Amino acid sequence: MSEAASIQAITMPKWGLAMEEGKVSAWMAEEGAAIDSGEEILEIETTKITNVFESPVAGTLRRRVVAEGETVPVGALLGVAAAVDTPDDAIEAFIADFQASFVVEASDAAEAPEPEMITVARRQLCHLRMGPEQGPAVILVHGFGGDIESWLFNQPVLAESHRVYALELPGHGRAEKNVEGLDVATLAMLLADYMDAAGTGPAHLVGLSLGGGIVMKLALDQPERVTALSLLAPAGLGPELNMDFIEGFIAAERRKEIKGLLGQLFADPELVSRDMVDKVQKFKRLDGVKPSLRDLADSVFPGGHQALVMKDQLASLAMPVQVIWGDADAILPPAQSEGLPDNVQLRILEQIGHMPHMEAAGEVNRLIADFGD
Amino acid sequence: MLQLSKEDLVKAYTQMRTIRDFEERVHEEFAGGGIPGFVHLYAGEEASAVGVCMNLNDKDNIASTHRGHGHCIAKGCDVKGMMQEIYGRRGGLCGGKGGSMHIADLSKGMMGANGIVGGGPPLICGAALSAKTLGTGGVAVAFVGDGGSNQGTTLESYNLAKVWNLPAIFVVEDNGYAESTASAWSVAGSQIKRAEAFGMEGYEVDGHDFFAVYEAARDVIAKARDGGGPSLLHVKLNRYFGHFEGDAMTYRGDGEVDALRQSRDSLQIFRQRVSETGLLEAAEMDEIDRSVSGLVDEAVSESEAAPPPTRDDLTTDVYVSY
Amino acid sequence: MPKKSFRQAINEALAMEMRRDPTVVLMGEDVAGGAGAAGEDDAWGGPLGVTKGLMPEFGRDRILDTPISESAFIGAAAGAAATGLRPVAELMFVDFMGVCLDQIYNQAGKFRYMFGGKAVTPMVVRTMYGAGFRAASQHSQCLYPVFTHMPGLKVAIPSSPYEAKGLLIQAIRDDDPVIFFEHKVMYDDEEEVPDEAYTIPFGEANLTREGDDVTIVALGRMVQFANQVADKLEGEGITCTVVDPRTTSPMDEDTILECVEETGRLVIVDEASPRCNIATDVSALVSERAFGALKAPIRMVTPPHTPVPFAAELEDLYIPNPERIEEAVRSVMGHQA
Repeated sequence: MSEAASIQAITMPKWGLAMEEGKVSAWMAEEGAAIDSGEEILEIETTKITNVFESPVAGTLRRRVVAEGETVPVGALLGVAAAVDTPDDAIEAFIADFQASFVVEASDAAEAPEPEMITVARRQLCHLRMGPEQGPAVILVHGFGGDIESWLFNQPVLAESHRVYALELPGHGRAEKNVEGLDVATLAMLLADYMDAAGTGPAHLVGLSLGGGIVMKLALDQPERVTALSLLAPAGLGPELNMDFIEGFIAAERRKEIKGLLGQLFADPELVSRDMVDKVQKFKRLDGVKPSLRDLADSVFPGGHQALVMKDQLASLAMPVQVIWGDADAILPPAQSEGLPDNVQLRILEQIGHMPHMEAAGEVNRLIADFGD
Repeated sequence: MLQLSKEDLVKAYTQMRTIRDFEERVHEEFAGGGIPGFVHLYAGEEASAVGVCMNLNDKDNIASTHRGHGHCIAKGCDVKGMMQEIYGRRGGLCGGKGGSMHIADLSKGMMGANGIVGGGPPLICGAALSAKTLGTGGVAVAFVGDGGSNQGTTLESYNLAKVWNLPAIFVVEDNGYAESTASAWSVAGSQIKRAEAFGMEGYEVDGHDFFAVYEAARDVIAKARDGGGPSLLHVKLNRYFGHFEGDAMTYRGDGEVDALRQSRDSLQIFRQRVSETGLLEAAEMDEIDRSVSGLVDEAVSESEAAPPPTRDDLTTDVYVSY
Repeated sequence: MPKKSFRQAINEALAMEMRRDPTVVLMGEDVAGGAGAAGEDDAWGGPLGVTKGLMPEFGRDRILDTPISESAFIGAAAGAAATGLRPVAELMFVDFMGVCLDQIYNQAGKFRYMFGGKAVTPMVVRTMYGAGFRAASQHSQCLYPVFTHMPGLKVAIPSSPYEAKGLLIQAIRDDDPVIFFEHKVMYDDEEEVPDEAYTIPFGEANLTREGDDVTIVALGRMVQFANQVADKLEGEGITCTVVDPRTTSPMDEDTILECVEETGRLVIVDEASPRCNIATDVSALVSERAFGALKAPIRMVTPPHTPVPFAAELEDLYIPNPERIEEAVRSVMGHQA
């Protein structure tokens, strides 16, 4: 094997379709340290969120090419890993070669898949499909107040090996704002209708929070549609929830309020970026959003409690089921995961809040990708 | 005159008498120091406000002038609320924040007296546009003095009302003086020819004769209601008092006001006309006089006793939300 | 999300509100254009085409061309607003306020107070402002400080297409009279603007950049310049918070004070004439209520106290530009307390 072949580039990842550049906010590995594939070696800040970056390679971190605080385009060389005995001049030559041939990729926004409107049971919903034509299907269902973009760290990664569909429910994202007559059970039926409309076939359903309750309900009602079930900090496992958060989210208008609320979603509130606050604020300003969130909350969380608790029924499910929960979740109590039946695999993530798919994206992606296939 | 019912005649006389008594009383109380600020009195001009407004209902809007008390009473504003407003009381029609020059009651279609000469005509173009756009069947009337008739706003409003074919009526109340300056000097050309120049019908009316005003107004208002567009009335009348209270009226001729009170008193003329035709008895009108006098007495005594606005009132009512 | 121009954003806001609320009417000189003329109807759609296409959809009863007669039609808008309509009157250039100001501030702006809280005057005056068009002294001014001074009026100054649509819909739905300022050189600016209707509340400043070192308060077109400077200086390690108040009445004083308390340095950029403008107003606010937080004297970047000149060379010197803003930021950074 040539020395060059054993030298490996660590490059700026692309998290989400819109990401064009990222800022190295911190290195978590020293030059000369041994690193494993999957080890957290960097903190990268994008306009959406700050996240840890797991090394795609194993070896010795020989160079930090980009210093902390620097912003570089997607694909740019961040560091170099190689065997501990690879000569320095070979490392330098590798870096020189890389930089000489590196070109910033033109923004692929033009050819990137775009969310599309889809009519489901006479409702206008929105969805985004990514991934190969064939292959196992994964459907991502967001939580209360969420949208397709909440999966930005997950959908592109899962789409490397799966057909991945992200759906926007009524009252959310670009979907219609009419939520009349909707509760967890009817949303589950709507999800089934969506699977038919989009032609997904049976799929691994992934639901976050309220979305978790919805996919759980569909798996109970129509198990033949569900090949596997991944429940992220799911609703439906107990009556309690942080209703102050829900009420606050419905009422909030000013960016400070929104920032404070979004901070509650994460174990580390610093992760909340300007863009995330902006986006939620812009969504909340749209005509009809506030009343639809109000109506939906009244329907699914009447009197400040979850209307539908399904924990006792999970034992009846034949497909693989996993529950992923952050132990620092401030919205739905992780204690609701206690006493799950034996057929449910429970994964508690330490120091992670209500958004495990963002805050621990790498791990959650692996758990989903490897599950049920 | 014959189409007016007895009820209408009682109403007309009552309103004219109310305006007269109200203004005479404000004159006295102002001289006595009980009333703050500027007041401009309408005494002598009663037949104009009442003759026009007898043809209007609450859907119709009027805009008034700085000399607005008569228009307010004729459009149905509460007399006691008006007096309290003039006294600057919290219970006034505008909470004591407007005063004599800004009395308004939009629920009665009274869009305000106006401290800006010529301020009203554009506003009633808007009210007429509302009526037309919303299909209420309403009309809008601007009262403007001979002074206001020279403002660009007034002339622009003639044009706009005609161009948009609005249900608008301009009533030029020509009392002979813009402040101290004679209208004979300050108004070039003629009010009627001005109307005609904008394609409107214009009629000169004796403003001391309630019946003349009533009939002229009835015709142009009916025309406006029917989509016939704007018209103008040039109402010639006199004011008994100065431009404002405190005006020594040195610009008026010797004995001018006394002579007017003798010969050009719309209330006397009205009484004579209805008595001659037997429509109202003098005794009935005397009874109205007593009743009005009592009402004005009450309005004054209540206003004197009423509390002023509070510190909190200073900063409210600026915006609906802020 | 689709990109739209400032012009499209305004047009869309008007069209959506007119569809939603039959009491919304639009009036102004040539807002449709061609009234009574032999040629094309909707000939102009506003002098810069901002209202093009509205007359064919809503008809001449709701898209009202007017004579050149600002006193009459701005006053009519006030009167109509007090009697049940939601008029949007277009004062073609704010420089023309001289011929209709009475109707705005003595009438519309004071009805509510003078009438003891019983009047509601939901009127919008849309108006073009600002220099950079080689339009000379009577078509280039930024007279928003005048209206800001007047109680009873609200004043909105959008700094981008997204802001324009949300603030205009808010202005139309607002129950108070609003003077809505559109910078004439910004109509072709583009950014992502939702297709849906949305409102941006008044009195809530927008932070277009967040930093630690200097607060830059800027309005309208000047927000773009401030952003450029903030982006440039970030590369040198000087980070700026850019505050766009969005509305100068109401003014989000709290956000400005908080930002100054965090950064300790303040630069205010105002395209309006320098005396009694928004820069002096903000400066007074901060001097009175956050003096202790200041690490350097406040800097104001404004035009000189002159009419707006015609010649390109002079007008370019007149308008505050990124270079002058940058210099001001560097000077407050370099100040030794």
